[in-house]
Amino acid sequence: MSKKYLGAFIVLLILGVGFYYQSQITTEDNNVKKIGFIYVGPVTDFGWTYEHDQGRKAVVNRFGENVETTYAESVSEGPDAERAITQMARDHDLIFTTSFGYMNPTSKVAKKFDKVKFEHATGYQRSDNVANYAARFYEGRHLIGLIAGGVTQTNKIGYIASFPIPEVIRGINAAYLAASSVNPTVEFKIIWVNTWFDPGKEADAAKALIDQGVDVIMQHTDSAAPMTIAQEEGVHAFGQASNMIQFGPDAQLTSIIDNWGPYYIDRVQKLIAGTWSSSDTWGGLDSGMVELADISDDVPQVIVNLVNSARDGIISGNLHPFTGPINKQDGSSWLSEGEVAQDGVLLGMDFYVEGVDGVIPN
Amino acid sequence: MDLYIAIFQGIIIASTPLVLASIGELIVEKSGVLNLGVEGMMIIGAVSSFIVTYETGSHLLGLLAAIISSGLIALIFGILTQYLLSNQVATGLALTLFGLGLASLIGQSYSGITIESFPSLEIDILKNIPIIGDLFFAFDYLVYLSVLMVIGTYLFLNKTKRGLILIATGDNHDSAHSLGYSVKKIRLLSIIYGGACAGLGGAYLSLVQTPMWVENMTAGRGWIALAIVVFAVWRPLWIFAGAYIFGGITIIQLHIQATGVNIEAQYMSMLPYVVTILVLVFISMNKNRLAVNAPNCLNKLFTSDI
Repeated sequence: MSKKYLGAFIVLLILGVGFYYQSQITTEDNNVKKIGFIYVGPVTDFGWTYEHDQGRKAVVNRFGENVETTYAESVSEGPDAERAITQMARDHDLIFTTSFGYMNPTSKVAKKFDKVKFEHATGYQRSDNVANYAARFYEGRHLIGLIAGGVTQTNKIGYIASFPIPEVIRGINAAYLAASSVNPTVEFKIIWVNTWFDPGKEADAAKALIDQGVDVIMQHTDSAAPMTIAQEEGVHAFGQASNMIQFGPDAQLTSIIDNWGPYYIDRVQKLIAGTWSSSDTWGGLDSGMVELADISDDVPQVIVNLVNSARDGIISGNLHPFTGPINKQDGSSWLSEGEVAQDGVLLGMDFYVEGVDGVIPN
Repeated sequence: MDLYIAIFQGIIIASTPLVLASIGELIVEKSGVLNLGVEGMMIIGAVSSFIVTYETGSHLLGLLAAIISSGLIALIFGILTQYLLSNQVATGLALTLFGLGLASLIGQSYSGITIESFPSLEIDILKNIPIIGDLFFAFDYLVYLSVLMVIGTYLFLNKTKRGLILIATGDNHDSAHSLGYSVKKIRLLSIIYGGACAGLGGAYLSLVQTPMWVENMTAGRGWIALAIVVFAVWRPLWIFAGAYIFGGITIIQLHIQATGVNIEAQYMSMLPYVVTILVLVFISMNKNRLAVNAPNCLNKLFTSDI
C-alpha cells in the first residue's frame, strides 16, 4: 500500500472514531421495548439534558430488563435532528425528543414511521403517534421571581435568555410579575444569547449583566456557566433545570429543577401495557414535574414564607402566576381584574407584560 | 467610567483564547500547511488542562498539560499530512471531530466540578494606578502571555533567519528544499507549535473564562480563530485587530442588549460574523496585499523525500 493510501485510510479511521463519539447512539439486541431519547446538549451539561437523562435512568431502574434505552446527545436542532430521529425510528418503539426545535423534524419522521410512538417536549404539534409534554416552568419562575425581588439590592435583575419562543417569554413575564409584586422598582435586564448551550457566551452575558449593575441573575440557557460567574463575582443566581449548587455554593439562591422521571415511567408503563395514546401533558408544581431546590440562607425569612405560601397556593389551584390585572408591554389591557390566563394564550405567548423593557426578537 | 473599564476587560477576556489559537495557526499557515483542526486541538487543551489542574491543584501544570496534549494531537496531523501525505483539509476536519469526541470521552467524569480560577497579575503598585491599573494590569497571566506571543511571532517572522526560512518554506517549498532546508521538519515543528497554541487557547476557556469543563465548550471558537488568520492577512500584529474586533463586538452587543436598546437580538448576535465576512471581502479586493502576505504553498503537498 502506498503511503498516500495508508494516510487516507488512517484519516478515515479517525473520522470514524470521531463520528462515533460525536453522536453516540448505542444499540443493543433482542425484542424488549426500545425507548430512545434525543438530547439537544451533552448529558453532562448539569442542566436541561442532564435532567432528561435522569428521567431515562429512572425508566431503566423501574423497568429493568423489560426496556432498553438509548440516547443521542448533542443533536443540533437542524437537519441533523431529522437524521438522528429517523435513524432511531428504524428500531425503536417510543422516542422522546427533548427540545422545542425538534418539533418539525419529529412530526416529519412520525409521518413516515406510523408504528413508532413519539413524544415531543415543549412543542405543540400533536398527531396520532406524537404526544406533547412540557412542564409549567412559569410556576417555578414565579417563585424565583419572588425571591429575586426580595433579595436584590440594586433593584436590577439580569436574565440570560436563549431563543424568543413562548416558553422563554412566559418565563420572563412570570418572573418579572412576581419580582415586581415584591419590589415595584425592580428592573429586568434581558440578554438574548441565541443558543441553548454555549458556556463561554453565557459566561460573557453574565459578566456583562453584572457590569451593568445586576446583582441577581436568572438564566434560561442550559449550562452552569452563569452560576460559576455569579459565584466568582459575588452576586446571586438561580440554577436552571437542575440543582447547580456545586457551581455556586454561595451564589445559588435556589434552582428550578425539572423532574421528568415520573412522567417517563408513566408513559413507558402505558407503552408496555398497550394503552399508550397521544396526549398533551403540562405538569407543574402539583405533579412534581417542577421542583425547587433548597432555598439559600441569604433569602430573608419573610420571602421564604412568601415563596412557601405561593407554592402551596399554586399546588392547591388558588393562585395562578398570571392573574389580572395585567397589561401588555404597550399598555393595552391583557387580563382584567381577577382574570386568569388561559393555557392556550400562555402556550403561544409572544409579548412582554407591562414593565419589561426591550423588544422581543422575532 | 467603571462600566467602560468593565467592558474593556470583558473584551480582552473574550478575545484572548482567539488570540492564542490564531497566532499558532498563523505560524502553521505561514509554513504552508492548512490545519483546520484548531477546534479539535482547542477542546483537547481545554479538557486536559482542566483535568490536570483539578487533580494537582496547579494551574501551571494544567497549562503544561494543554500544551503537551494539544501538541501531540497536532503531531498526529503532522505525521499524516507531511509523511503519509494525506489531504490537509480532510485530515484537519477529521482532527476537529476526533478532538471533540476524544475530549468528551476523557472528560466524562470531570463534568460538574469547578476549580479555582486562574491567578491574576498582582502587582499592587501598577494595579493601583487609577484607570490605567484597571485597564492594563488587572488580568490573568495568560493575557500578557498572549500579547507577548503575538509580538514574539512578529519579531520571529520578520527579524530572525529562522523566521525567514519558515516563510520561505511556506512560499516555495521546492526552493527551500533545494537550498537544503528540511521542509517536512520545519512544517512538522510549526504544526506542533500551532497545536500547543490552540491548546493554550482551549485552556483559557476551561481555566479562566469559565472555570469548569463541559463538552463542546469551545463552541466554534476554533473556526473563528481560522478566520482571524485570514482576516489578519497572515500578519502577526493584525491578529490583535482581528481577535479584539471579534471579541469586542461580541461583548458590546451583550451590553447594548442589557441596556435595553431596541435592536433585535439576532442582528446583534450576527454582527461579529457579518463584520468578519465584510472585512474578509474587503481584504480579498486588494490582490497585492494578499499576494505579498499569503503563503504561496498553503495547502499544497510536498512530496519529495527528505
